[in-house]
Amino acid sequence: MALFEFRHTVRRMFIELGHFALILAFMVAIIQTVVPFVGAQKGWRGWMALGEPAATTQFLLVGFSFAALTYAFVTSDFSLRLVVLNSHTDKPMLYKITGVWGNHEGSMLLWVLIVALFGAMAAWFGGNLPPALRARVLAVQASIGVAFYAFILFTSNPFLRLQTPPMNGQDLNPLLQDPGLAFHPPFLYLGYVGLSMSFSFAVAALIEGRVDAAWGRWVRPWTLAAWLFLTIGIALGSWWAYYELGWGGFWFWDPVENASFMPWLLAAALLHSAIVVEKREALKAWTILLAILAFGFSLIGTFIVRSGVITSVHAFANDPERGVFILGILAIFMGGALTLYAARAAAMEARGVFSMVSRESALVLNNILLAVSAFVVFVGTVWPLVAELAFDRKLSVGAPFFDAAFTPFMVVLAVVLPIGAILPWKRARLGRSMRPLWGVLVLSIVLGALIWVIQTGNTMLAPVGGALALWLVGGAVSDLWQRAGRGDVASKLGRLSRLPRADWGKAVAHAGLGVTFFGIAALTAWTVEDIRVAQVGESFRVGNYELALSEVKQVRGPNFISTRAEVAVFQNSDRIALLYPEKRVYPVAQMPTTEAAILNGFARDIYVVIGDPQQGGGWAVRTYIKPFANWIWAGAIIMALGGCLSLSDRRYRVAAGARKAPSDAVPAE
Amino acid sequence: MRRLVLILCLLAAPAFAVQPDEVLEDPALETRARELSKGLRCLVCRNESIDESNADLARDLRLLVRERLVAGDSDEEVIDFVVARYGEYVLLNPTTSGSNILLWIAGPLMLITALGLGAVYLRRRSTGAAPEALSDEEESRLRELLKD
Repeated sequence: MALFEFRHTVRRMFIELGHFALILAFMVAIIQTVVPFVGAQKGWRGWMALGEPAATTQFLLVGFSFAALTYAFVTSDFSLRLVVLNSHTDKPMLYKITGVWGNHEGSMLLWVLIVALFGAMAAWFGGNLPPALRARVLAVQASIGVAFYAFILFTSNPFLRLQTPPMNGQDLNPLLQDPGLAFHPPFLYLGYVGLSMSFSFAVAALIEGRVDAAWGRWVRPWTLAAWLFLTIGIALGSWWAYYELGWGGFWFWDPVENASFMPWLLAAALLHSAIVVEKREALKAWTILLAILAFGFSLIGTFIVRSGVITSVHAFANDPERGVFILGILAIFMGGALTLYAARAAAMEARGVFSMVSRESALVLNNILLAVSAFVVFVGTVWPLVAELAFDRKLSVGAPFFDAAFTPFMVVLAVVLPIGAILPWKRARLGRSMRPLWGVLVLSIVLGALIWVIQTGNTMLAPVGGALALWLVGGAVSDLWQRAGRGDVASKLGRLSRLPRADWGKAVAHAGLGVTFFGIAALTAWTVEDIRVAQVGESFRVGNYELALSEVKQVRGPNFISTRAEVAVFQNSDRIALLYPEKRVYPVAQMPTTEAAILNGFARDIYVVIGDPQQGGGWAVRTYIKPFANWIWAGAIIMALGGCLSLSDRRYRVAAGARKAPSDAVPAE
Repeated sequence: MRRLVLILCLLAAPAFAVQPDEVLEDPALETRARELSKGLRCLVCRNESIDESNADLARDLRLLVRERLVAGDSDEEVIDFVVARYGEYVLLNPTTSGSNILLWIAGPLMLITALGLGAVYLRRRSTGAAPEALSDEEESRLRELLKD
């Protein structure tokens, strides 16, 4: 008994210390905002140098706080309100851990943990930065932390206690008890918050009044990392929706999805424009603005999700405190940064001169398309709110609008991308640069025409999607092949293997985009659907497959009860798979879910869902043949892989080693 | 997760949208019904069409759409009928009427503006082919360097 008491006290102490560490991290962040900043303004070395230990300390403190909260979830400490609301002793361990961020308070704690992590990484790996720039970057990064610590401590404290702890918790939402979703938020947050680094660099550069090639080189890895995490996070969320929501949709243009998609588009624009700053010292002012806006959209995303304002103005009115707080954070950071921008941007004169046909111009076009498409998504997302407040119209903006208004940008982007990617810097001749691409162009058009002929009379979606996909992938391959130079295959391969990683990264990421485009077009155009009542033992035909519902029975899981069907799939009278679609009920959360059974394949998925028992006997069964579904996420993974390759490029490491070179002497290549 | 928490609040039941007993005999009519359903919002859901939702209200609306189609309405007539009953909120594809025109032209207008600004920028970059004069700061730095 005494031992139990002792352990109980230790546990409570640990959690209290976690709460205390969070408050301390808040204090340290305030110091980290003020001291290095003042030091940089006054030129006091000692004050500037404080940024590094402060960033490390802050990270350790908030890390401890996060560990304490995780511990509370793992040990099911029901004296914490948050644990009661989001956990249960019967829940599998994985979901006890992911339950930490499967709720508002915990996810905001994860958010500041990542802010502090990025700040600490800038401190650890920023040895090559000029001391004043590093001090300012760390100060701006800490100020973002300050705002969110205050948000957590004053409106969303995860460490609130209950007077009388209940015996058990209310369980995490069962739809969130899923591996795809468990890791979706951390990746998204790594992306959102990664953009805070680009923001900090932009603001620091504005305060210094100097942007040069070296700045472009420093800011690019952070943006690249943020973009790559966002890519993975969005893909995970989309994949989850595909298999979990029960009918194989992969993107809904939901405000909450758009909230992560807009920063992704802007991050993509930013990492391209930063190349122009790095290589050619042009587009400086625009790049700074993009860095500010990209993080601004991360904050807007947080605001949209956390306030519920887009879902319903009334939801916002019911609990306005959090929404208003985040709106305040948004106003301060965006207002401050944009004011600074207005005052200083004019000083960012470009140096590089280039002709209308050049890589630079192509990247300008890339930025226009990506930024305007992000703007379209933004307008569509906020329009219901604007219409209600300004015009007193209650209306919806759904997928049909976004499909119509957004898709054209992606089509144009895909058409110009391979050409832009192959153009040389400064001055290009379109005819000569296009030479290696003609073959790919012809092949793509032939593929499009072929698809058009085969599918007879469907939409243009698949032919156009197929042609663009081949154009993108083929363009990337031919770009690499051309870089391999002349000579026999062996020497070409040798040269290829010695190409900078960034060149590989570029080709791989662009090809990944093509793969995703093809997956989306094929899935949307060619999905076959079958809805029917099937008796047990009955078989039926869907597309080229024969399906048989062999049995339906009740099964018990750890924290759910399931109605599980067995469906045999035959092709040419060979049984190729047994599928087990389920309908689950989670008694604690009182919530049913469908678990579709999916036979994944390279060229198609077979997707089976079991529905309700019917009055006349038998079960409702839905079957889909989803062509090339996996290509959508495979493309995203390939894009992320391209990002990783680029990130590992030697020049970032070389830059990291070149700490003695004065920043303004770094050549523009 | 951000998407989910919200989707989930309202998506309380497993998604099993169109039920077998709703499907119309005539495949052409059924296809039209499905297309129309994709553009109509489930009023009690979060950003879901009635085609995707399995709320009871969505089912009622699906049946209503099919009833009207069987009665011989054109697609527009069905939409008008539903909008007259439930208001413009039910349309996932916003109309182009009145203030909504702003929504639809915002993107194209922004694109034209951006292309214009981009073209001006590019022209300035390409015609300024002569190397720019050094700024005062650069001038003084240059002098310093030459002194060494």
